[in-house]
Amino acid sequence: LADALWRRPRAQLALLLAGPVGWLGVAYLGSLAVLFVAAFWQLDDFSGEVVHDLGLTNFQTLADTPVYRTIVGRTVAIAALVTIADALLAFPIAFYMAKIASPRMRGLLIVGITLPLWASYIVKVYAWRTILQENGVLNSVLGVFGVKGPGFGAVATWLVFTYLWLPYMIIPIYVGLERIPDSLLDASGDLGASPGRTFRQVVMPMAIPAIAAGSIFTFSLTLGDYITPQLVSSTQFIGNVVYANVGVANNLPLAAAFATIPVVVMIFYLLGARRLGAFEAL
Amino acid sequence: VPISGRMRWLLRGGTFLALAFLYVPILVVILYAFNSRRIQTWPIKGLTFEWFGKALDNSGARDALWMSLKAGLGATIAALVLGTLAAMAVSRRRFFGRDSVSFLIILPLALPGIVTGMALNATFREVFHIELGLLTIIIGHATFCIVVVYNNTAARLRRLSPSVVEAAQDLGAGMGRSFRDVTLPLMRSALVAGGLLAFALSFDEIIVTTFTVGGDQTLPIWIQANVSRPNQLPIVNVVAVFAILLSLIPVYLAHRLTREEGTVTGGAAGAGAAARQ
Repeated sequence: LADALWRRPRAQLALLLAGPVGWLGVAYLGSLAVLFVAAFWQLDDFSGEVVHDLGLTNFQTLADTPVYRTIVGRTVAIAALVTIADALLAFPIAFYMAKIASPRMRGLLIVGITLPLWASYIVKVYAWRTILQENGVLNSVLGVFGVKGPGFGAVATWLVFTYLWLPYMIIPIYVGLERIPDSLLDASGDLGASPGRTFRQVVMPMAIPAIAAGSIFTFSLTLGDYITPQLVSSTQFIGNVVYANVGVANNLPLAAAFATIPVVVMIFYLLGARRLGAFEAL
Repeated sequence: VPISGRMRWLLRGGTFLALAFLYVPILVVILYAFNSRRIQTWPIKGLTFEWFGKALDNSGARDALWMSLKAGLGATIAALVLGTLAAMAVSRRRFFGRDSVSFLIILPLALPGIVTGMALNATFREVFHIELGLLTIIIGHATFCIVVVYNNTAARLRRLSPSVVEAAQDLGAGMGRSFRDVTLPLMRSALVAGGLLAFALSFDEIIVTTFTVGGDQTLPIWIQANVSRPNQLPIVNVVAVFAILLSLIPVYLAHRLTREEGTVTGGAAGAGAAARQ
């Protein structure tokens, strides 16, 4: 058999690809197609059973319900604010790693940033729940200055998302900055540019694709999350509505329709990020 | 690099700030696991090991851990097989649709977890009418774990010179023998690393899991269900410490195994993404 295959590279390829493509191309893409079609199904008003008749009822419901519009707006706004906060926090450490740290220090910092990324997601959210609660660490520390923490709510979701996705922003920016040759910065200085000007005209143009690449993660991950809002606020995000409709409300078609919104938003976001050169920086 | 001394100090400050932000919450949870009081107030008044024993006796947490291990193992095996096959196909030769294969493999990570979760949920329930449980969890996890195995093995195969396999075949080894005796030993550490990462990814995942789990609980879901029960919090803290360790140890080992390729730390931004969606 092996010899027969050896002479037929196409058959070889087909055999190698059958499993992965069968799983992802047929089963996974198929499920996505089911989800897309399910968005056009409806719920029978009397029995509460899913009826496989196609129609635009769910999208009509989404468009006509002010609460849903508010939730979409809020999710997108917080995703944007998380992205901005992460970019601001990530830049100094990424720059330090790429341009100042010794090779040994750089290695340590890379591991130091990667480990929290892999540490249990739910534990990290729970940690913040402990920290933000009324008698928690944050209020206790801020109490010294006579200030109170944000408690649970929209601000808490912003803070926790910023925390959770920070490594996803640091790594691409670090990789992007590392690609800038030191000699380029030296040349800019030798030609008389002030450090500020070098930063604006040499560093930034080369850092923007990297920031855009990192922002894909911070934005998309916030858009799709519903656990964090559930644990540190009673604020509703897109994901919370989807989850509630799959479970408690048992309205799969409406949930499916709502789940298409983050996909559409992400398609536009990716198109924008591509114009900034994000894909070359990934 | 022309950077003033003051700027250097500012950048050091920013680095310290980011690191403190990343680590303080994790340290707080670990510290609370030793809290001698049942309530979670700050500052902590005394330390104890008492909750570790109680957590080990907690049957709910034990069942959830067992479930997570089974799901992780199943998903890892499926991802190892499928990820390696895909990497071998893609690295071997150029063919029509090659880019679509890599796109397909990354897709479950690129899409928000609720989308993947919802899609699988709708398909399991409405099309196949199968009961949600261990099998559906494994299918869901394997779907997004394939990419980490693929990344690791593809990176290794790129570094592997095709002439070693050709040499083996010139010396008379058949396809099976050259794979078993040459390719496989050279890929072993990349496979182990990919498997470890796939396990860590599966062990941690919660969003896709909530859509495919049915009545059972994985460890993350057990934690999620118990954080709102004040009485359970001391045990949750201990379970949290275990959850951190069980996801970090495989990642650390994988990092040591594939240091030259940097697939754990470099590609991790992409690879780790989906698990936490």
